[in-house]
Amino acid sequence: MTAEPYDRFASRAADFGVEVTRTSVEDASTTIETLVEEPVVGAPLPWADVTLPEGVPTDPTPTELDEAVTGVTAAAFAIADYGSIALRATPAGTEPVSLFPDRHVAVLREEDVLPDMAAAFDRLGETFRATSGSAVLATGPSATADMGELVKGAHGPKAVDVVVVR
Amino acid sequence: MSSKGHEAKAARIRELLETEGEAVAANTRGFNTGRYESVAKLDDYQRLRQEAREIKEDAIERLPELLEELTEAVEANGGTVYVAEDAADANRYVAEVCEDRDAERLVKSKSMTSEEIEVNDHLESRGVDVVETDLGEWVLQVADESPSHIVAPAIHKSREGIADLFNERFQPDEPLETAEELTMFAREQLLERIKGADVGMTGANFLTADTGTMALVTSEGNARKTVTVPDTHIAVAGVEKIVPSVEDLQPFVELIGRSGTGQDITSYISLLTPPVESPTVDFDDPETPITDGPSDREFHLVLIDNGRLAMREDDTLRETLYCIRCSACSNTCANFQSVGGHAFGGETYSGGIATGWEAGVEGLDTAAEFNDLCTGCSRCVEACPVKIDIPWINTVVRDRINRSGDPGQFDFLVDGLTPDAESGGGPDLQKRLFGNFETLAKLGSTFAPLSNWVANAGPVKGLLERTVGVDRRREFPAFQRETLVEWFEDRDSLVPADPERKAVFYPDVYTNHMLVERGKAAVRTLEALGAEVVVPRAPGAGRAPLSQGMIATTRSKAERVADALGPYVEDGYDVVVLEPSDLAMFREDYEHLLPEAEYELLAEHSYEVVEYVYGLVANGADADALASVDGPASVAYHSHCQQRTMGLAEHTVAVLEERGYDVTTSDVECCGMAGSFGYKEQYYDLSMDVGENLGEQFRALDVDHVVASGTSCTDQLEDLLGDPPRHPVELLAPDGGD
Repeated sequence: MTAEPYDRFASRAADFGVEVTRTSVEDASTTIETLVEEPVVGAPLPWADVTLPEGVPTDPTPTELDEAVTGVTAAAFAIADYGSIALRATPAGTEPVSLFPDRHVAVLREEDVLPDMAAAFDRLGETFRATSGSAVLATGPSATADMGELVKGAHGPKAVDVVVVR
Repeated sequence: MSSKGHEAKAARIRELLETEGEAVAANTRGFNTGRYESVAKLDDYQRLRQEAREIKEDAIERLPELLEELTEAVEANGGTVYVAEDAADANRYVAEVCEDRDAERLVKSKSMTSEEIEVNDHLESRGVDVVETDLGEWVLQVADESPSHIVAPAIHKSREGIADLFNERFQPDEPLETAEELTMFAREQLLERIKGADVGMTGANFLTADTGTMALVTSEGNARKTVTVPDTHIAVAGVEKIVPSVEDLQPFVELIGRSGTGQDITSYISLLTPPVESPTVDFDDPETPITDGPSDREFHLVLIDNGRLAMREDDTLRETLYCIRCSACSNTCANFQSVGGHAFGGETYSGGIATGWEAGVEGLDTAAEFNDLCTGCSRCVEACPVKIDIPWINTVVRDRINRSGDPGQFDFLVDGLTPDAESGGGPDLQKRLFGNFETLAKLGSTFAPLSNWVANAGPVKGLLERTVGVDRRREFPAFQRETLVEWFEDRDSLVPADPERKAVFYPDVYTNHMLVERGKAAVRTLEALGAEVVVPRAPGAGRAPLSQGMIATTRSKAERVADALGPYVEDGYDVVVLEPSDLAMFREDYEHLLPEAEYELLAEHSYEVVEYVYGLVANGADADALASVDGPASVAYHSHCQQRTMGLAEHTVAVLEERGYDVTTSDVECCGMAGSFGYKEQYYDLSMDVGENLGEQFRALDVDHVVASGTSCTDQLEDLLGDPPRHPVELLAPDGGD
């Protein structure tokens, strides 16, 4: 993976108001921690070498989900051209954890930054045919202009941070 | 339509212009500007459109097979598929699911298909509390109003209007005022309702046959909550939403947000292969982790026919099924920008493509209520991400509406003037009068100037308004005694010995009978650049009858035009056309009207007059033979809507700039006159409202010359600015002295 897709991703994500932080495997947990505002809930990260910081509880109750300010999840991949991240629907609750709290912190592996939409759908097609899975391509925070001007956080997060682990 | 009908329609349009026009205009124009900016960022925009088009063509062609494949996939995933014949069938099934699940509340994300079947009313009559969770839809639910736009349903409401509504209805402790306050209030209110929901209902923007995946294109996140929180998910979608595979979603995902609201991509593209693996969030059991125990999810996909399979068999309406409901055709439409979907729409759908949907789903009567608001300007064709020929659908439906009507009581008045080829009930008197304009023009020239005095005399204008609905506030164009063809025949032949090119200048009805000077200027310009020019007698191109939905009449004109011009083309002549709407006939509409070979011959050898000038100069003709410009001179140029769709406005700008003019182009989609549209009593106010955008821009420019390429743009600009603009070729033509 060259630096190019990462730069493109970071710049496009910034267009949508997303803060992108690049970090190493060693520093990942600390980086995530600095972005978390309590109360926090999480969905476990699917990697052996990068895990949620201690103190980020998983398996939230509905009340915890409702009260959480931050939700931490993994992103399956990103699309550089659009600054989008793909969040898989998992039994551990990636979807609700990334959706209910006002701030979403997504953790992404740099090798999972795909260049464009065509590459993204190639990957999704393969995965969905194999697993019958679901995912959401999320780009920036939740937004609406229905009340007369653009407002962030219509039903979902008002702010999104992406931690990219090299 | 009777005179009373015209008045009622005019009154309704005036009311909407006053009450909703401002909000609709600001929003749609914003979306439209955003579309231009967003698609410009794509290197491969046209390739994506072509791909999207091909996927839809293939999917509709193979619909029965894909329907079967999708059903198998959904069932293999553990979901249920129900194909509903019509709205009642769909509603019955949805109500049964709700009953089976003992549902007291169903929360919905935005879905036009659910509006089409009116499922809310059906469920509410059975005691289910239905809550719209899209903020715009919820505003409308609270206000008890219908959507005015297929993507942004509350586009007609201002922030102030929504604040008044919420403050009155919910009596919050502190009155709500800002968009932020209104949004957060709605979010809280709706979250409470979602928490207690038993069933979530969504639409589906696309469905993939290979995996049973549905794509939802959203921005707020309410669809995500609607799907995730309750254990039962019902998706309602038209059968036309199926595409073959997951990979086929790519061009649509790249195009839909850009084409609609001008967003490169919306916040959320949910790709759901239900039943989804996410745990449900049971707020009735708030202290148990959501991940405890298996989620008992149920998924019902309700696919709705409701006329679509019949549309698939209909050569014209079939193309409607390619529509992805992006709203580009609404936002780019000058008339829609002024009145919105409450006038320019039917039972469910609004905007340009709505005629196709309403004709197919509801029937011709519903389509007839607003079909005339499409002027055929063709700006939407360029904006449509799947390249649907929306004006053609609207014309064919207009033709069908004409044929289904009764002959009117005043038809005898125009019988001699309207030698059209229409059969069946036939178009109403107003349509027949405008559709047969060529005959009027011939008489007008023969009896000029008397005909001009009579036509613009008070009593005659009054009679025309009462009987035919020609608005008396419009001045009739002046017919010239000597037509362009007669001028050309009487003049000494100027055939150069060794012409660079041979051009047959097409004397369109307006140039031949009314705006003769611009025709003379065109001839002189072409000759100055070394071309041999002939101006033969030729029939009207058929734009006037086509715009009234008189297809049989148009076809007979097309055949006669091909007979008149075909031999010249075969003899090596290029066809040069001044009136852009007639060139669009030759290049686009004749494809539907003439045998392929005849159409192609004419289309391939026809040029817009300044496009042709551009070509001559590019190929070595001496531009200095044209009129010279002394010192800096500024020009305001309004191209013609159809000329812009054909990509030919740039040539005029380039040639004028090359001659030393400082050119500013108009930034509106259409002047609002659109042929006869602005002459019609019931549409005069709308036409002027649309035109005012152009008037405002040009008045502010204060230029030396105002030029326009089309006849109706010329008429409209004269009414807006007081002085008639000239055609660009009149700035290029060397002095003739003839």
